[in-house]
Amino acid sequence: MANYFTFLSIFAFINVLVFLPVIHGNSFETKASQFFSSGHTNNWAVLVCTSRFWFNYRHVANVLSVYRSVKRLGIPDSHIVLMLADDMACNHRNPKPATVFSHKNMELNVYGDDVEVDYRGYEVTVENFLRVLTGRLPQSTPRSKRLLSDDRSNILIYLTGHGGNGFLKFQDSEEISNVELADAFEQMWQKRRYNELLFIIDTCQGASMYERFYSPNIMALASSQVGEDSLSHQPDLAIGVHLMDRYTFYLLEFLEDIHPASQANMNDLFKVCPKSQCVSTPGHRTDLFLRDPGSVLITDFFGSVRKVEITREAINLTTTAEQPVEVTSVRREVKSEALSYVDQLPVAEIIHQKPKQKDWHPPDGFILGLWTLILLVFFKTYGIKHLKHIF
Amino acid sequence: MGLLSDPNRRKALTTLLTRLNTPICVVCYLAGIAWFMGLAFEPFTLRTYMSENAMGSTMVEERFPAGERALATGREFAGHKRKAGGMPVDWLVKTMQDRGLEVFTQSFSRTLPFPDENKERYMVRGINVYGILRAPRAPRTEALVLSAPCSPDNSNNQAVGLLLGLAQYFRNQIYWAKDIIFLVNEHDLIGMQAWLEGYHHTNISGMDYTPLQGRAGSIQAALSLELSSDVITSLDLILEGLNGQLPNLDLANLFHAFCQKIGVMCTIQGKLQRSDWDTAEGYTHAVQTMMLMVLKQASGRPWGDHGLFLRYHIEAATVRGVNSFRQYKTDTTTVGRLLEGMFRKLNNLLERLHQSYFFYLMPSLSRFVSIGYYMPAFGLLATILLLRVSLHCLNPDMYKSWMLQFKVICCSPLRFISGEGTEQGWRVLKLVALLYLAVLLGCTALINFSLGFILAITLVPVAACVTPHLPKAVSALAMVLLSPGCTILYCVFIFQELQEAPVSLSEGWMLFLSVISQGILDHSLFGSLVYPLLALLVYPCWLLLWNILFWK
Repeated sequence: MANYFTFLSIFAFINVLVFLPVIHGNSFETKASQFFSSGHTNNWAVLVCTSRFWFNYRHVANVLSVYRSVKRLGIPDSHIVLMLADDMACNHRNPKPATVFSHKNMELNVYGDDVEVDYRGYEVTVENFLRVLTGRLPQSTPRSKRLLSDDRSNILIYLTGHGGNGFLKFQDSEEISNVELADAFEQMWQKRRYNELLFIIDTCQGASMYERFYSPNIMALASSQVGEDSLSHQPDLAIGVHLMDRYTFYLLEFLEDIHPASQANMNDLFKVCPKSQCVSTPGHRTDLFLRDPGSVLITDFFGSVRKVEITREAINLTTTAEQPVEVTSVRREVKSEALSYVDQLPVAEIIHQKPKQKDWHPPDGFILGLWTLILLVFFKTYGIKHLKHIF
Repeated sequence: MGLLSDPNRRKALTTLLTRLNTPICVVCYLAGIAWFMGLAFEPFTLRTYMSENAMGSTMVEERFPAGERALATGREFAGHKRKAGGMPVDWLVKTMQDRGLEVFTQSFSRTLPFPDENKERYMVRGINVYGILRAPRAPRTEALVLSAPCSPDNSNNQAVGLLLGLAQYFRNQIYWAKDIIFLVNEHDLIGMQAWLEGYHHTNISGMDYTPLQGRAGSIQAALSLELSSDVITSLDLILEGLNGQLPNLDLANLFHAFCQKIGVMCTIQGKLQRSDWDTAEGYTHAVQTMMLMVLKQASGRPWGDHGLFLRYHIEAATVRGVNSFRQYKTDTTTVGRLLEGMFRKLNNLLERLHQSYFFYLMPSLSRFVSIGYYMPAFGLLATILLLRVSLHCLNPDMYKSWMLQFKVICCSPLRFISGEGTEQGWRVLKLVALLYLAVLLGCTALINFSLGFILAITLVPVAACVTPHLPKAVSALAMVLLSPGCTILYCVFIFQELQEAPVSLSEGWMLFLSVISQGILDHSLFGSLVYPLLALLVYPCWLLLWNILFWK
């Protein structure tokens, strides 16, 4: 009997010894995977304006304002594919050449000094757009015109122009249907060209464009429902055209408050431009998205935020059987204090942020002490018996 | 079986047509007239709207400041014109050059076939002066034209002054995508014809002109300005051009939109729009406006300098300033702003105006009737002719006389024409006349609806009713009263009545004669088709019918 028990205990001990490194080994993967809790390592953006002609100034201004936000929040030009179907800044009819304004007070020149347009003029076609998305470009295509995303890329796709129920018009002569777009995204999924995809469209009846999506990990927003028109915001009498569409105008206003360390999530984005401001009803679709939209940060798509965790100790991630014991103790130490970089840019000063509502704190010691002193002096002079006259 | 292949049904249809032919014809005639009159009733019309996306709404900031300076320039122009006794070419050239335009001149001369009594000219010789404002950044492929006529008397000085003022203002702007041509033409329509022929390298009217030295690209739109007073009370828009051609409705919509934005009173046919369409006065007002447009269109002459542009597919209109006895006056700066706004919107165009209607009638400036709505009125009148044709075809005596008549026609056409022939020969002639009239009026109505309709009103009853069996004297008188010549006479009287300047019989007769001479002059100078149409095509038809009446 005793032999039997001894055998069992030795057997159990050997099992534990054997499985322990495996368990600890798994903890490496889990620990390493905690670095990438959202699952993406790089960000891309594909921004497309599909309409030409001077009176479609507002579509170019829409795209350029999203481009500006995306660049400001950290995505570099090498990771942005910008497609503009017409050149408004250098149009002969522009009374302010080399500028594209988003607001009639001309505060914000969204054209800027360093805009980099990848597909311009007649190069913006349905074929080129689909080739960019699916990656089926000829070998000679330069890098700036390619979407070189991988399975860890979060991609933001923004489309604007004239659209209808189930289609988006490109350049006055062709159109892309919602079925084609859904199939293109499915091709991207099967070729593992994205980790998560955010699709925003600002056209009339924009919600019809995301109805047919069927690939996982896509979140979609549109500026209007089927049967509704997306309206433009305001005309500028000096330039003589409408400057921007309403949805993108309020989207730009919302994005101007986002900085790279912002924790605003997708639920805030869904609230941009309610019906009272937009006149049309913006819509969104999250059923294909695996994560909860409340846990998705805006900067997951609009910015290029790299996850950096700082530690003082050297961590050896190559697994050997005897290492685990020391590592676990080290790990406990590291977890106790979380370090972070000093804020390198005084972000709140650069971006005009609304002052955050401070939580109410009880008045601190100095104020309390001052009031106590005043009360004491008061009662000293006038005496306690006068209390009843006051109250 | 089908309606026409089933012999029983066909017999029923033919008996119906033969028995009820006259009542159906009368009903059709009355229905056609009623449909035409009903066109002016406001619920049957559509509100005008801007069809061209590129022009959008009137959102543009007009900043033209220099109305007073324009008037001073106009006075200077008047002085120099008096001194020169015609067009002050050197002064104009120098002034335009001072404003930074590229200035060119064109001289022309023409001898009219006979002296023109109205304008008192016979051998016309003149010089056009035009300056081109080049677009600062655009290629020189497209152009807009602003023109003002140089009249020999003391009118239109302010128009030239405003033209020069606008030229100076436009020169300082950088947003022009098309070249703008500022044209001052002498001898109004003749000078304009010479300039257009020189610009487009054609010679359709036999005019002598020097070739144009400077050119600006294909013209997209043109505005002609007539302004004879320092302040105005309203602006009148004139659309009717040569051969009844009209500019694209978007041009009228643009003018109306800017009038409403700036707050200037705007009229068409000199009549202001009324808001009480459901009363009798409101309806008659709309009918009068529409009838004026119909009569002007039917005359086939260009009613403003713009009328000659339309033939070259250039949308053009004339804006005339009117100073009447109203209290609220508009100054030149406001008129300049309106023109500036219109030009800025035309500047935004990417193609020629083509989105809106080319064939329409306007009972008022904000309401229009398109071709789909007014053509059935003419169609009903043409149906009468076809019903009469079918009546003659279905007549059983016809077939026998057909064979006989064809033999007669083929063997001896002369005998046939001189009125001899068989007893039933007149039926064949009437058939031919009816078919010919139907085709002629149909083609005319397609090109110039008003002319076709007015001719149809008088000729169709004649053609339908005439037979040799009618009482000769009475029907001869009726035929003369419904002849094309008398139609013109009635139109003259009605036109004067609608203009609220009724004339007496003798004055009307003189006017009638001058209208005929104007028609001949228009044909020889500009290629108007009304006179040859009436003389060579319509009158022979009437003579055919006259022949039928006096058939032996």
